[in-house]
Amino acid sequence: MSDKHSPKHSSSGPAGTSRQASSAEEQTAAVVSVDTAGGAMEPSAVPATAQSGQLPGGPDTLLRKIFTGSGMVSVLAVLLALIIGGLLIASTDKQVATTSTYLFARPTDFLAAVWNAATRSYIALFQGSVFNPRGNGIASQFAPFMETLTIATPLITAGLGVALAFRAGLFNIGAQGQIIVAGILAAWVGFALELPMGLHLLLVLVAGIIGGAFWGGLVGLLKARTGAHEVILTIMFNYIALYFLRYLLNTPAFQRPGESNPISPILDPTAVYPQILGSQYRLHLGFLLAIAATVLVWWLLNRSTVGFEFRAVGANPKAAQTAGINVSRSTILVMAIAGGLAGMSGVAQVAGTEKVLTDGVAATYGFDAITVALLGRSTPWGTFAAGLLFGAFRAGAVQMQIQTGTPIDIVLVVQSLIVLFIAAPPLVRAIFGLNPRRRKPARPATSREAATTGGAA
Amino acid sequence: MKNSLRASFKRGSMAGVATLGASALLLTACGAAPEAGSTSTEGASDYTGCIVSDSGGFDDQSFNQSSYEGLKKAETDLGIKVNQVESKTNNDFEPNLRAMVSAGCDLTVTVGFLLGDATKAQAEANPDSHFAIVDFGYETPIANVKPIIYDTAQAAFLAGYLAAGTTKTGTVATFGGIKLPTVTIFMDGYADGVKYYNEQKGKDVKLLGWNKEAQDGSFTGDFEKQDVGKQLTQNFLDQGADIVMPVAGPVGKGAGSALKEAKAAGKDVKLIWVDSDGYLTAPDYKDIMLSSVMKTMGEAVENVVKEDKEGSFDNTPYVGTLANEGVQLAPFHDLDSQVPAELKSELDQIKKDIIDGKLKVESAASPKA
Repeated sequence: MSDKHSPKHSSSGPAGTSRQASSAEEQTAAVVSVDTAGGAMEPSAVPATAQSGQLPGGPDTLLRKIFTGSGMVSVLAVLLALIIGGLLIASTDKQVATTSTYLFARPTDFLAAVWNAATRSYIALFQGSVFNPRGNGIASQFAPFMETLTIATPLITAGLGVALAFRAGLFNIGAQGQIIVAGILAAWVGFALELPMGLHLLLVLVAGIIGGAFWGGLVGLLKARTGAHEVILTIMFNYIALYFLRYLLNTPAFQRPGESNPISPILDPTAVYPQILGSQYRLHLGFLLAIAATVLVWWLLNRSTVGFEFRAVGANPKAAQTAGINVSRSTILVMAIAGGLAGMSGVAQVAGTEKVLTDGVAATYGFDAITVALLGRSTPWGTFAAGLLFGAFRAGAVQMQIQTGTPIDIVLVVQSLIVLFIAAPPLVRAIFGLNPRRRKPARPATSREAATTGGAA
Repeated sequence: MKNSLRASFKRGSMAGVATLGASALLLTACGAAPEAGSTSTEGASDYTGCIVSDSGGFDDQSFNQSSYEGLKKAETDLGIKVNQVESKTNNDFEPNLRAMVSAGCDLTVTVGFLLGDATKAQAEANPDSHFAIVDFGYETPIANVKPIIYDTAQAAFLAGYLAAGTTKTGTVATFGGIKLPTVTIFMDGYADGVKYYNEQKGKDVKLLGWNKEAQDGSFTGDFEKQDVGKQLTQNFLDQGADIVMPVAGPVGKGAGSALKEAKAAGKDVKLIWVDSDGYLTAPDYKDIMLSSVMKTMGEAVENVVKEDKEGSFDNTPYVGTLANEGVQLAPFHDLDSQVPAELKSELDQIKKDIIDGKLKVESAASPKA
């Protein structure tokens, strides 16, 4: 298990095992992408090129090394995303459309309009997610950053759940359903029971985690006992959870007295997370719990026996079984823990930001969590960082929409492009022609690669 | 050889296309530049009207779109500035509303009951800003929020009577998107209209898809899946219905296409649209569009903006009724000849009776205000 020494170099479970057969070039790419992990992580101590040995094909000149290195690729990825995104934004801009009608009479107008449209949008994105210099006082200038942290909270916990399952070789698509079930239980405890301060919130949290763990654990149980595939199970469990929630919201027990809209009563003040930095920010206690969860998952994976078993099962279930590891138990346990983590997201929703239960309680967090986990290369801190990045995008989208009038769909397209380019360095290198020239498809070096990257996922 | 020939041919045609495209661009780009220093001469009003959608977005062919169009109309008619923001998920409501308030909106229109809590919170935190919420009313009024709500059952009653009076098979149908009060109120009114027709005429026209007493019926489960609406409609047709009223936003198009197919197969079927005049907004189904149950949300939004701009904002709910033409039965357009004159005069009489209060149309979802 080389994982302990270089946690960032592990590829996620199912993909990692099949990668052993792939070409050396892909190996390099994987290592590079692992190193950048969304550009949000600190670079690896050892440059990717050094880890993967000689680049396949082409002489390794210094210049070539610089341009194919991971740092350069990250920079190019962001640059490319910004350019394409900028053009997209410009294409929807009114001023650009107007000036394009007299492009040849005065081309400077057109170019200025394109430049303005693009830069204004990116400035708005930054001001909406990190720092707004126009705010009154330091508190409101940093309000966007607090909003980023708030939105990142459920993404981080759900992402951790998905990442943990990945490491045990399970493709957990079920975060959405786990969030919903957790939300149902947590919300019900929150609005139906009357309990003293402290105890009430604790019970809400416990109910949510149990709900998520139950929903996830059930998938683990079915997989362990019957061999049913977890992807099918989790997708179907998502539907079951969603439609069950919709049914519940149509029953009087989950509606406000005297109303028949499918929306639950507001949670009691004793049942919601306190706002940790005052009432001007939405940032709530759930964020601190998300940090704690990240530490916990890190410890679990890297320092505990259970985590070692998870990783062993993820790397090779048959070998793990031969070595005396109870694979069934590991499968159930890892899914339950993953569900519990997603459950924390459900609690963050109903007790943190929404304070009510609706059928949109899970938003798209369950699916975004998969991207977050992949972007974070299934490592706890990588997931944390990817969650922050996604949170920043979501928070910035509002300002991008309002300040510049860019349609929200274009905003999301631009953001998805950025993620795409960050997550797929080979694509960027192909576009810039930086891919190492292919001379021989496979090289003996592959076996060494496999040992360091394909192993304990 | 063949391949390379084809490749070069392809390249040639591509070049042709490119030349064509470029020349098209050239032609459109040849306009004269405006005088330097000329500024856009938009209305000089400082008033800003804003709108926050729910997750349906401004192209939902339903209340988000109507409200948005109302505000856009106010932009041209009243020369105000407009700010809009779409919510993708329920999580976006609060940040979006906050951003609107801090962007200096004088009046912010929010759409739908899901935004009720967020609107309330922002209204209470910003007593100087004004808000209007479409399709939702508060039990205890808030000083700076004006609800825009509709007694849709009144117009739907007319539609039910019309359907019962026009059906050839003696069976009519309706279905909804999601079981929300703003949806079931259509179905309640429709059901009552059919029932009233049966009582008046001693007939037995059957209604499929909604049972007012049980408050239960057919729903597609969302406002997106047109194929489910099509399936439901085909079921209704198989059970003998010939007029269908889908209350499901864009899913109504699914019903429309099922009915069109049935018409192509020789059946005499008709569609009743909701929210807007379908003859204008869903012209694909012109030839089967009997009528529409309209909620004139755009006009209401524009009016609220106008009042607020003139300084006469108040928080009494605007309730759209037949009397103030907030809800209406649309004209019959192409199918006018298929509605007997007698039925038309009866509909006029019923409308008058409802406005005078002689005829009460009640629904569990009716606005209480």
